[in-house]
Amino acid sequence: MHDVIIIGSGPAGYTAAIYAARANLAPVVLASSVEAGGDLMTTTEVDNFPGFPEGVMGPDLMFNMQQQAERFGADVRLDDVTELELDGPVKRVHVGGEVLEARTVIFATGSAYRRLGLPGEDRLSGHGVSWCATCDGFFFKGKHLVVVGGGDSAMEEATFLTKFAESVTIVHRSETFRASAAMLDRAKADPKISFLTNAAVVDVLGESAVDGVLLRDTVTGEERTLPIDGLFVAIGSDPRTHLVHGKLDLTTEGTIAVDGRSSRTNVPGVFAAGDVIDPTYRQAITAAGSGTVAALDAQHYLAELPAAVSA
Amino acid sequence: MKNVTTDSFQSDVLEADKPILVDFWAEWCGPCRAVGPILEQIDGETEKLDVVKVNVDENPDLAMRYGITSIPAMKVFVGGEVKKELIGAKPKAALEADLAAFL
Repeated sequence: MHDVIIIGSGPAGYTAAIYAARANLAPVVLASSVEAGGDLMTTTEVDNFPGFPEGVMGPDLMFNMQQQAERFGADVRLDDVTELELDGPVKRVHVGGEVLEARTVIFATGSAYRRLGLPGEDRLSGHGVSWCATCDGFFFKGKHLVVVGGGDSAMEEATFLTKFAESVTIVHRSETFRASAAMLDRAKADPKISFLTNAAVVDVLGESAVDGVLLRDTVTGEERTLPIDGLFVAIGSDPRTHLVHGKLDLTTEGTIAVDGRSSRTNVPGVFAAGDVIDPTYRQAITAAGSGTVAALDAQHYLAELPAAVSA
Repeated sequence: MKNVTTDSFQSDVLEADKPILVDFWAEWCGPCRAVGPILEQIDGETEKLDVVKVNVDENPDLAMRYGITSIPAMKVFVGGEVKKELIGAKPKAALEADLAAFL
């Protein structure tokens, strides 16, 4: 029986692991087979994580966090959780055919990229529709691209894509941007980047590869076609909660509900941290802070357990 | 897993006598590095299908010929023709389900 199982390996999961490991709780981190390290694994420079005056590459930051957790005894496994049994004092975590038991579970699965939900999007996925600029920018040398979205990730993707593309148009539904001033200013200063505001992508066009997008003016309703070679989708993400539907209370925003500023879910011994509980801030550093809270809450819960369960 | 190049693609993939899964990948692609070891496992566990890798950085003409715009891209070639296309890193069980007809 384990004291702590952490599900997820972004900044929340690894920070929880560092704290839990340093409390001698020998946490097991179920990091996932193909998404270990979380969203930062497909980013480039991270310039807003404290402690790195020159910035740090997202994958390097996550590798460092993993090593730091392992240094204190965290057991990081590249496994995918398939099912959870959270009721009662002993939690059961299914990993493929194996079942792990633990007194506490910290759920830090982050969020999943939102899709546009358009017919052409699935059909042309991998044929000009992409969610990963760092993976796919290379294939668009000298091409004309659209990035959909108005947040930091859209600005970052657009800026990164200018290394390859001839032009990048940021298409955004409104005139105001969620993106930070630093990221927005950098994109605006880039001669290859132009902005189309009050514009929504209503279809992705092309037979076997993207050759355009259908745009609708969100003010006038007027539609027009913009010929492009590729579309990068960066319209935010949704909390990844499918493993706990019906098991943990969710908020109206779809995040896991926690008690006040703590990480306590409605099920004793189950804690949640990071983007999966955060509809608002969703930064690497807030996720890391949230992971700390979860590890300390789990530690406190374990200390209070009656001897019969903790034996 | 064997590294296939533009020069060897004809003999290693198109003229192979069994289905070949070609993993189009690159060093700088995080999801590619994540799925690589899983493909290696699948390769080791079946005789019916061989898995090979094409580095798109070193073989851009192959990437262009097969219309690759997202990686990892995995294509199953049978008798020189693409019979199945997969895009994006997935857990082993999901890949095995997608590739069931060839395993």
